[in-house]
Amino acid sequence: MDLATVLIVEIFYSIAVLVVISAGLAVVFGMMRVINLAHGEFMMAGGYATIVAVNAGINIYVAMLIVAPLVVGLIGLVVERLVIRHLYGRLVDTMLASWGLSLVMIGLATMIFGNTTTGISPPIAGFAIGGYQVNGYNFFIIVVAALLLVAMYALLAGTRAGLVARGTMQRADMAAALGYSPDRVYMVTFFCGSALSGLAGGLLAPLVGLVPTTGGTYIAKAFITVISGGASIIVGLLSSATLFGLVSQLFTFAASPVVGEVALLVAAVVLLRLLPQGITGRFFRGRL
Amino acid sequence: MTSRREFLAGSAALAASGLFAAVPGARAADPIKFGSILDMSGIFDAYGKPMDMAMRLAIDEINAAGGLLDRPVEVTAYDTQSDMALYTQFGQQLARRDKVDVVHGGILSASREAIRQTLRKSEVLYFYNVLYEGGVCDRNLFVTGVTPAQQVEIVVPAAIKKWGPKIYILAADYNYGQITARWMQKYAAEAGGEVVRTDFFPLDVADFGSTIAKIQSAAPDIVVSALVGGAHLSFYRQWAAAGMKPKIPMASTTLGVGNEHKVLTAEEGDGILVAYNYSPEIASPANERFLKGWTDKYGDTSLIHEIAVSNYQGVHVWAEGVRKAGTLDRDAVIAALTQGLSIDGPGGMVAIDPKTHHAVLDVHLMEFAGQKLKVLESFAQRQPVDTQGVCDLVANPDDNTQYEIKI
Repeated sequence: MDLATVLIVEIFYSIAVLVVISAGLAVVFGMMRVINLAHGEFMMAGGYATIVAVNAGINIYVAMLIVAPLVVGLIGLVVERLVIRHLYGRLVDTMLASWGLSLVMIGLATMIFGNTTTGISPPIAGFAIGGYQVNGYNFFIIVVAALLLVAMYALLAGTRAGLVARGTMQRADMAAALGYSPDRVYMVTFFCGSALSGLAGGLLAPLVGLVPTTGGTYIAKAFITVISGGASIIVGLLSSATLFGLVSQLFTFAASPVVGEVALLVAAVVLLRLLPQGITGRFFRGRL
Repeated sequence: MTSRREFLAGSAALAASGLFAAVPGARAADPIKFGSILDMSGIFDAYGKPMDMAMRLAIDEINAAGGLLDRPVEVTAYDTQSDMALYTQFGQQLARRDKVDVVHGGILSASREAIRQTLRKSEVLYFYNVLYEGGVCDRNLFVTGVTPAQQVEIVVPAAIKKWGPKIYILAADYNYGQITARWMQKYAAEAGGEVVRTDFFPLDVADFGSTIAKIQSAAPDIVVSALVGGAHLSFYRQWAAAGMKPKIPMASTTLGVGNEHKVLTAEEGDGILVAYNYSPEIASPANERFLKGWTDKYGDTSLIHEIAVSNYQGVHVWAEGVRKAGTLDRDAVIAALTQGLSIDGPGGMVAIDPKTHHAVLDVHLMEFAGQKLKVLESFAQRQPVDTQGVCDLVANPDDNTQYEIKI
């Protein structure tokens, strides 16, 4: 029974990780239709921001939850003003530009931090479930992922700012006619998306060995999750993360991590063949 | 006011005349040309940069002692930028244009294989000074890094003796990990151990939660790892974070090569058992000399790692071969190297096995302690038994194969 509990925790954790690493992309790509291939590097920047902050003596939770999102949000802001804002509505061009950006960020990180693995220790100790030891930090990620989804939902569905953002993404001209500046709305939304990527990087920093190329590990999974989720940002994110987290962990546990990764990709291919519009193209239609 | 074009032309002329002025006059003794080819930038620079520093230190020492054959040694070094295509290009340049007398270098096995045939055909002696999976059999090639069997035959029996017979193996999913895992199984069986399970991980796997649960349900006495790279470093961190470290001890054949003991905290790393040729903690006159030389030249010794020392020892082995041969002729140097030559390096005595052209060297059993590699026990002169099983250059000098070693 203990093993089953541990397995369930691992599945929830896996879902939570997918939610966390995809949330920023869901906003930038799902809402704004900007293919941000530098999403992984935004996460990497968040990780380095956290490590630098912790080494400078800042509390680790402050570093992860505030410093990392803020730093990466600001990076995103600069990028949006200099590059992305000229490319709205040009899907392929955003892809090229952000790919270049990701190379630049990897280069910069290598110059600044060197090409060596760095990291910090998780702040929460492990504990026992029956005869099994579990990583306590996993629960923290699960809780943060849940809070993140609730907060995103509350912001987008419950506030005027959320409404304006959603409206602008659907019909920028109508939003402008109603007196809102689409330029400003896009800028703020991109800031929020980047900050979410930074948060993901910060949260994962204590779990991984960070190198400048770390972003590549996450970018594919993030895109798969967001695309498979479909049009609805939050419901789509949650449903595809649940599906893929479940599939990959069950197969990892039953066979090996290789099979787990393969199972995730096979599930994504089958899913997109059956539901080309993503999960929320058929189920939960019209939800947020 | 000069126009921009005139200005450019003028400065180009200046630069050109500067170049000509820099060409030195003919020297009394022509220098010996030493070729080096390493990734000093790009994703493998953490390995390549210290290797380059170690090579230059060794050359400085050789020149300070009067050079070789009364001639100074001059380095021609290329940075391959972690790009395998550049190895082919620079390898040919070294052999055909620069006409060097020896080439040291290559880091990944892929990079070695990219230049090995070129150097063999051009009859330029080649030293590959890196820990690798073993099995290359080529008369023109000398290998001074440790091979899996040399490490595993020390670390696995020691771990079994210390902690118990049940072993869980974790390894990176490419040829190094696969081969090393097979050696682990073999030496575990010989030491009376039992492998409960072997798991392989692609290099980008960074989440080990399920694996950690699985290890616990298998309840081994020891976890032995041959995990590689930054993503895999997460395992040790997650293992410690789950509170597993005091419960199941760990041994590794890879942790520490990239100075991982300095990245992990003492709490995460302490007690992990490893076996290598070198630790800065080795107390020997040769190591003290090496560390002093490094400090005088570069200051900071924290960059030194296993394969930097292998490179340093490789250069000295070659130099000793040239001294013994009394000539730079390739066949004479090969003959000298394979006739019981040895040097006293920072990691202990290094000799060359005539059958395989691989190094016979000291392997030290070590333990992570306070972010350092504490030497527990030294094993003198370990043979490269893995490669010896497939390769005999004495009986078969024209062999030119990388064998997949069957165990």
